[in-house]
Amino acid sequence: MIAALFFAFAAVAVAGAILMVVHRNPVYSALFLILTLFAIAGLFVLLNAPFIAAVHVIVYAGAIMVLFLFVVLLMDLEEERVRRHRLKLAQILGIVAAAVLLVEVGVFLKAGFAGAATQGPDGSQIIGDTESIGRLLFTEYLFPFEIASVLLLSGIIGSVLLAKLKLRS
Amino acid sequence: MIIPISYYLILSGILFTIGVVGVLTRRNAIVIFMSIELMLNAVNLTLIAFSKQFNSLDGHVFVFFVMVVAAAEVAVGLALIVAIFRTKESIFVDDFNLLKW
Repeated sequence: MIAALFFAFAAVAVAGAILMVVHRNPVYSALFLILTLFAIAGLFVLLNAPFIAAVHVIVYAGAIMVLFLFVVLLMDLEEERVRRHRLKLAQILGIVAAAVLLVEVGVFLKAGFAGAATQGPDGSQIIGDTESIGRLLFTEYLFPFEIASVLLLSGIIGSVLLAKLKLRS
Repeated sequence: MIIPISYYLILSGILFTIGVVGVLTRRNAIVIFMSIELMLNAVNLTLIAFSKQFNSLDGHVFVFFVMVVAAAEVAVGLALIVAIFRTKESIFVDDFNLLKW
């Protein structure tokens, strides 16, 4: 059952990602990315991380992708032009680099990491629910948590400033 | 059947590679941003998988912080794209050669 779910989610995630990259229209790209994000959220649930799965759907599919779609709406949509020199040097290099990366990942994984999952003293698996993650965030990771709020504040200020900027054209 | 962690790592590697290809081959700045999001998600998947493997919650907290950084980055990046679009009337990255000389 879990295996079937894993393979289903994995297939949806990979298919959505590929379609996102190859689709010419950015609106469809965004929709396929949302599909991929939901599949990854399903994988998070399979990995005993319900809190992260929920936050993932809320933040990514809910907030970030809406932002993307609004920006696409603001732009005058123009389909990406197919150019004659499409496969120029940079793109060939890009594809080669990606192939090398994939081979590297494959070799690394073939070397194997086949240990059984670690378990607690009583043989239990830890579950990342809201309570345990909140406890961790407010004790051990309190300082990074506060720094994250500063980062978000600077992000807000930066985007407001950029949006209000009077540009010389 | 328990899914071994290597399956998750392979999936994560595939997703990351698709993201790299997207960043390197697409010219639409918004799609490039989406590919970066895809790469961040692949790394998040790895962190959660290892978190399960080692029976620890630290990976979950790291994913939380990655999401914070991704949200801030997307907000600023999209604001930059809008600002560039208002001056250059284009979001194709090969039209942006302001820093080239």
